[in-house]
Amino acid sequence: MKILNYRLVIFILSIIFGVVFAMPSFLQSESGKKVSLGLDLQGGLHMLLGVQTDEAVTSKIKTIATSIKYFAEDEEILIEDLTFKDNIISFIVLDSDEITKVDTMLAEIQGLDIQKTDDLSYMISLQPAQIVLTKDLAVSQAVETIRNRLDQFGLAEPTVIRQGGEDIVVELPGIKTAADEKAARELISKPAHLELMEVDEDRADQVYTLTAAKAAEYGDIILESSDGSGTKYIVKEIPILDGSQVTDAQVAFDQANQPIISFVLNNSGAKIFGDFTGRSVGKRLAIVLDGKVYSAPNINERIGGGRGQISGGFTVVEAGNVAIALRSGALPASVKMLEKRSVGPSLGADSIKASMIALILGFILVIVFMVLYYGLAGIIANIALVTNIFILIAVMAMFGATLTLPGMAGIVLTVGMAVDANVIINERVRELLRQGLSIPKAIEDGYSNAMRAILDANITTLLVAVILYAYGTGPIKGFAVTISIGILASMLTAILGTHGIYETLLPRINKSKNLRLWFGIK
Amino acid sequence: MVWYKIMEIFKTNTIYNFMAKRLPFMMLSGIILISSLGLLMTKGLNFGIDFAGGTIVQVKYEQKAPIDKIRSILNASEEFSKASITEFGSPEEIIIRITGSSSDLNSDLGDTISALLIQTGKYEVRRVDIVGPKVGGELREKGLMALGLSLLVILIYVSFRFEWRFAVASIFALVHDVVIALGMISLFEVDVNLDILAAILTILGYSLNDTIIVFDRIREGVQKSHKTVLEDVVNESVSRTLSRTTLTSLTTFFVVVTLFIFGGEIIHGFAFTMLVGVAVGTYSSIFIAASFLVQLKFSVANFRVKEAEKLKRQKEKDKLRAMYEQGTV
Repeated sequence: MKILNYRLVIFILSIIFGVVFAMPSFLQSESGKKVSLGLDLQGGLHMLLGVQTDEAVTSKIKTIATSIKYFAEDEEILIEDLTFKDNIISFIVLDSDEITKVDTMLAEIQGLDIQKTDDLSYMISLQPAQIVLTKDLAVSQAVETIRNRLDQFGLAEPTVIRQGGEDIVVELPGIKTAADEKAARELISKPAHLELMEVDEDRADQVYTLTAAKAAEYGDIILESSDGSGTKYIVKEIPILDGSQVTDAQVAFDQANQPIISFVLNNSGAKIFGDFTGRSVGKRLAIVLDGKVYSAPNINERIGGGRGQISGGFTVVEAGNVAIALRSGALPASVKMLEKRSVGPSLGADSIKASMIALILGFILVIVFMVLYYGLAGIIANIALVTNIFILIAVMAMFGATLTLPGMAGIVLTVGMAVDANVIINERVRELLRQGLSIPKAIEDGYSNAMRAILDANITTLLVAVILYAYGTGPIKGFAVTISIGILASMLTAILGTHGIYETLLPRINKSKNLRLWFGIK
Repeated sequence: MVWYKIMEIFKTNTIYNFMAKRLPFMMLSGIILISSLGLLMTKGLNFGIDFAGGTIVQVKYEQKAPIDKIRSILNASEEFSKASITEFGSPEEIIIRITGSSSDLNSDLGDTISALLIQTGKYEVRRVDIVGPKVGGELREKGLMALGLSLLVILIYVSFRFEWRFAVASIFALVHDVVIALGMISLFEVDVNLDILAAILTILGYSLNDTIIVFDRIREGVQKSHKTVLEDVVNESVSRTLSRTTLTSLTTFFVVVTLFIFGGEIIHGFAFTMLVGVAVGTYSSIFIAASFLVQLKFSVANFRVKEAEKLKRQKEKDKLRAMYEQGTV
């Protein structure tokens, strides 16, 4: 008796594959790749954030303005009317001899569109390609920054991935309480945009009378104090330094034992800071975080070493979060919440319990029915069905897929289609047996007759799944993946696998001739 | 013996004359279809926040939820005056729906509502979903696009594998099933969210599967049967696949019914849509898809002539190739 045939060998291999790779998921073990539960099933926070990329473009141009300002002061080139409006920097160089110097400096910055209205007046903006690049960079930077912050926040397995052009998906399965969630949201959204700005002492006395528009004419902006007292400061719009030059930030305590954040600047930042403070003794330096002035100390002497601190009535927790945000970098642009789904752990547990009970119960009903209706042929079909589920879970685990409620719907459809394939085959075999064909002939012809129908049905469904994958978002993509894997697995198990089992058992079936036991017919 | 009876529910080789009754069935389908369309146009679909945008807050109380009290508190505040409050699954649990959404990460409508409800008893906020208008719009657009493209691909594939009339008939059966399912969703005011979309897609898959399997039998009948009248071929094919159609639907029904009964409130809409879909899909693949094929005047004789020509061409090609390989050309 020939026990092994190629179909059976492939089937056994796929059973082994399915069982081995699906086990970690069924046991939810620590090691090995497994299918993790979606946030709708295990609870947690899911957010879709939109990066306001236009802001990144503005801030990029502002940075360029900062470096022009620094360059001019460093090289003692006199420039006038350095302003910044509608993403265009304009200024006038006073001495025509310095033009070449300025041009060389500007030539070093890539992607600039430089226009001169006359020999001395410059209008600088970004080239369109550079704008696209800046926006793209802003999103990937925002992803990086948010990931860093969440990692340092100490939550389990945060996921931060980019979706499409300007969106970011953040998933936090570790969130259990509303307070946790709030803290995480604040941490994510904090721009942490640190700017060191020069107080415009010439106009400091007019700070409460000047309008914003009037201040802008002088190249100034008016900022409020962080303490909510309504104190206002008038500062030069183009900052001396920004947070991109910060290398470290830690919580420290001042003499009064109040928490403060001390930060360290990188080398170039330290040089700029030292140069500025050396030049500006007697003036005030405004420390601005996210558009609010935290303090504006007098500059008494040149400050070298590139260290600074932010004080201003923080609690220890707040100071800690600001320090994390500064360390992990500023968000290049603010983020908006496009979608938020937060599921409490108890609800997730309820959902998974209910849907699992239902799925398993339904599954058992199908299995029992198949045996009652088809006898041993039903058992063979059930072996294929169970294997199918194992393979489905195994492949999903290998892809690192998550199981969501729509994913479960996909499994229902898959179970249905896998059963269907065997129903079609068995009905064909029965039909041929009733016509009086011999058992081996009935099985062979039954399979080949059923094949065409199953293939056509599966291929059309597969085509639809591919389209859903291409056009769907999140959960629909998951659904499409589940049914695609399920269909391919069912071809392997329900068609090839069961055929292999029949081939091996054929001599026995032939000998017993008990059609009722084997196929459920007289 | 009971077991024995169960095992051969469909033992008989009876051929039912489905096609003789095709006009009444098509009339019935037409009436349901038109009523469904009417419902969709007048009553419309109850889009949930996934598609329409908005906010949902699910709250579970330790005792029976004081809905009237909650309503009066929320209605008193300007922001939530239009909030709808409904029981969800059990008297302890409620869902608060607001049409607006906030895009600021630091202010959360869930927190705000939770703060307002503080006096209403002991409760737990179990779920807060906020969907901005952009997301919902995009989802709708992409969903429709996917649906349209799917139908087109099915049309092309089935035309290629069968014949264009089969393709048109299968698309008609699909549209028939989906529209009726949508009509029921409208009638029972089910919230249309992503899970309902998933259910509709699943129905699409099932219905297509069923139809193709019946059509495959018809194709086989056209090629092998001695009958030349399409109605007879169709009757024979549909009758032969009747056992399979019923069995598969039955097994699927088991799963969906258990989902409906035991799956919990959150999966209710999905299971309901599937129940309707499986029932309509089974009906349409037995009574409607093939009727439509007959109505489209598919000609068995013509098909056979074409098939014969195809075979002849293939043979000539093979002959030419053989000659070429032997070096005689």
